[in-house]
Amino acid sequence: MHLDPPAPFPHRHTHSAQPAGAEPALRNGGLRALRVGLGGPVGSGKTATVAALCRALREEFSLAVVTNDIYTREDAAFLLRAAVLPPERIAAVETGACPHTAIRDDISANLEAVEDLEHAAASSGGLDLILVESGGDNLTATFSKGLVDAQIFVIDVAAGDDIPRKGGPGITTADLLVVNKTDLAPHVGSDLAAMARDAEAQRGSRPVAFTSIKAEDGVSPIADWTRARLAAWKQETVAL
Amino acid sequence: MTTAALLVLADGRFPAGTHAHSGGAEAAVRAGRIVDSATLADFCRGRLHTSGLVASGLAAAAAGGHNPRDLDEAADARTPSPALRRTSRKLGRQLMRAGRAVWPSAALDDLAQACPGGAHEPVVLGLLALSAGLSPLDAAHAAAYESVSVPTTAAVRLLGLDPFEASAVLARLAPSINKIAEGGTQAARSGIDALPAAAAPLLEITAEDHATWPVRLFAS
Repeated sequence: MHLDPPAPFPHRHTHSAQPAGAEPALRNGGLRALRVGLGGPVGSGKTATVAALCRALREEFSLAVVTNDIYTREDAAFLLRAAVLPPERIAAVETGACPHTAIRDDISANLEAVEDLEHAAASSGGLDLILVESGGDNLTATFSKGLVDAQIFVIDVAAGDDIPRKGGPGITTADLLVVNKTDLAPHVGSDLAAMARDAEAQRGSRPVAFTSIKAEDGVSPIADWTRARLAAWKQETVAL
Repeated sequence: MTTAALLVLADGRFPAGTHAHSGGAEAAVRAGRIVDSATLADFCRGRLHTSGLVASGLAAAAAGGHNPRDLDEAADARTPSPALRRTSRKLGRQLMRAGRAVWPSAALDDLAQACPGGAHEPVVLGLLALSAGLSPLDAAHAAAYESVSVPTTAAVRLLGLDPFEASAVLARLAPSINKIAEGGTQAARSGIDALPAAAAPLLEITAEDHATWPVRLFAS
């Protein structure tokens, strides 16, 4: 996997329901937490990725998670049961049968959840990173830049090796494309080399991580990418 | 002069969080009370003449310059169900966020500071209408329309209802929406104590039940 050079973050402003000055104390001299969205089709491994990322990064960084279930609180419940983070660091948003609306067209409930998590963590030193997991959706789902600073799109080889070729905003514009369950490729007849070629054709130099999240260290390419984004995020703020 | 601002405010795509709410329609669909466009129209008429009227009065009063803190208490007094109070404050907080970005004003800032957990939605709506240069009647229209547009949008998703029929339901309700908005505005002129207090006990009861469902598509 190759990593992009640190990209600028044009959307540092945030629309708050609180008056100016009433925002929670932010970590690192006024820097709010980096917000990373995780989207992708149902069953591709978004929640498993979030859980693995939390386990990989929680010793180094102060983390929180927002889940967007379509009709239950199952994803949040899974993360709670797996105890990847303390309960006060996990918030569930209800999406009114439209998961993409809640992350793109009307982000208010998600921003509220993010704000509440930052507020709750302010007294214990604040947050470095907030992961926002979308409900399982289709290939057109992307996050609003008003909600997240960077986004990861998770697909899997078992859903068909033609998905990268089909493209769509999630595949083409995500800052990181994760192709999960590579261990299943021989069993479902998926051609990983073709997927890599198609992904490159769609995405140019944007990074793609082929991995199996459930394998040992399967999350490490995604964790490394996230660390690089966090470093760039902090550097960017120091430069401001 | 400001009609276009009202269209922006009342647009179902205005990003204030209502898309995740059904206005009681999800519970009514589950109970078999909304099954088609005719029963949706009945449900909407009931909601419009009860919580829609109350919201219209509150919104008109806020747009007319009544003290929003007092109006917030008046909204509490007119909302017996704790679940509906929570929903109203949650939506009020989300509307506040969108509103402060779209039509910023000192009055909105003051209310946000006074009610960090969110003021009742119709109160925020009225104050936002004022910030947008709209009249109390405009605010009442937006509140009355929302009381029926939210369950209608939800019913389309829940039942796979024909979207043309659903829009026709709203169009046929238009004269009633106007009357409710005028009634709410008129009451607001006589002061907070004269605001409508029409109750919809079934909406209150089913909202309490809905809030306990482990699996649901809408937050309320």
